[in-house]
Amino acid sequence: MEVMYTLWLRQVRRYWRSYSRMLGTLGQPILMLLALGYGIGAIYQKAGEGNYLNFLVPGIITQTVLLSGVFWGIIILQDKRFGFLAEMLVAPVSRLKILLGSAIGGATISILQGLMIFVIALVFGFRPDNWFLVIPAFGVLVFMSLALTSFGAGIASAVDDFQGFQGINNLLVLPLFFLSSALYPLNSIPDVLRIISSINPVTYMVDALRTLLTAAPSHFGIGLDLAVMAATFIACLIFAVNRFNRIQM
Amino acid sequence: MAQTVISAKSVSKHFGDIVAVDDISFDVKKGEIFAFLGPNGAGKSTTIKMLTTMLRPTAGELRLAGHNVAKERDSARKAFGIVFQDPSLDEELSAYENMDLHGSLYSIPKTRRHKRIRELLELVELWSRQDSMVKTFSGGMRRRLEIARGLLHEPKVLFLDEPTLGLDTQTRNLMWNYVKKLSDEKGMTIFFTTHYLDEAEEVAEQIAIIDHGKIVARGTSKSLAKATGAKNLEEAYLKLTGSTTRDENDASNDGLNFRMAMRNRNLR
Repeated sequence: MEVMYTLWLRQVRRYWRSYSRMLGTLGQPILMLLALGYGIGAIYQKAGEGNYLNFLVPGIITQTVLLSGVFWGIIILQDKRFGFLAEMLVAPVSRLKILLGSAIGGATISILQGLMIFVIALVFGFRPDNWFLVIPAFGVLVFMSLALTSFGAGIASAVDDFQGFQGINNLLVLPLFFLSSALYPLNSIPDVLRIISSINPVTYMVDALRTLLTAAPSHFGIGLDLAVMAATFIACLIFAVNRFNRIQM
Repeated sequence: MAQTVISAKSVSKHFGDIVAVDDISFDVKKGEIFAFLGPNGAGKSTTIKMLTTMLRPTAGELRLAGHNVAKERDSARKAFGIVFQDPSLDEELSAYENMDLHGSLYSIPKTRRHKRIRELLELVELWSRQDSMVKTFSGGMRRRLEIARGLLHEPKVLFLDEPTLGLDTQTRNLMWNYVKKLSDEKGMTIFFTTHYLDEAEEVAEQIAIIDHGKIVARGTSKSLAKATGAKNLEEAYLKLTGSTTRDENDASNDGLNFRMAMRNRNLR
């Protein structure tokens, strides 16, 4: 247990010490809130859809967790390339513990970032519909942070170079975000887009968070949202464990 | 008779068609300083990786401090310390934090851990820099810290994979003096590789030379020189392994760059 705690602490310490990392992963979501929340908000209201900032915030929190989770994978890649992984792999500790300790550390960072965006959104004028539902929303945040960090860990274990990681990042992360319901409501978009969004697990994360934080009704139903999230989490975890076990130094 | 601490029996490692290590056998005795020499891509790194549980041998048996390396991994892992060829510190953590993390990975109790860390950091003259981030350290300081870290869990065997690469003469002397002391006073077994043959000649009590995955010679630096009619170890080494250079990235038999070699082969 102490080993997992130490590995967790390593991740959190490294994050705490790197302001550039903190700003780097928070900058984009804040920009989105400003540009879209205020920029498109006015038109959205005119179209009779209500308050766009309220609609957008759960999507942006999810984006933050997605970016931060996958971006965190870079640490595994760094450890692999710059040797620290070798130190961990020859220690009398199972790989599963190394992966889980580190990934929970990564998820903790995602949770912190998600909370920061929530607070910043409050400053921008966002108000949750029901403050009591913020608690289960926090549960959803924890859950999706674990899933997306595992996803990042799996990708980082599978690729060997930073360019490749960057490529996958662009190829996967951006579509996962843009083709989800983070930016637009699903019921007023063309069928093709709706079908694509409906098979994107990130859509269900956004939907769960939106249902709990705003007055909007759930698109899929919170039960289905949670079921898809659970399945995603298990799949990502298996992917990460499988890839991490295959790493050869 | 001193007891055998490391033993390899008919060990081979294949990567697909490529034979990186081809049926090698050797023994290293307790307290011995053992040098493992060979050109780039000869199979040195692959052998160290098998001994340190990072790779599984395709065939044969490796024993370390009485443990079967493939079957009793964790016991074997506790029995050795390693200084890797490439740097392996967490640069974003302080010297003390790197040591402490290692102590936690090897489950050294907290009270003893602190005392050991202090002793070792004082020994490698880094105690005053214990709270500095490793990224501010010079190459020599990093090496010293890695050695201190490798010794933290009191291993029976210390592996040093090209430990003096890129170090200045002062640090090299300091390091070897310390290594000799560990072997003499603590009876620690030292297994090292190097490309500096003068170092091997001076420090090593036993030498094995590996080439193309096979051990081509075994003995002391004197006996190797005598057997080949050379005047020193370097000459003997060149006689045994030839004087042409090897290209590690060429589809050679080196496990370290195996994937690279396959990639290059596909490109051709």
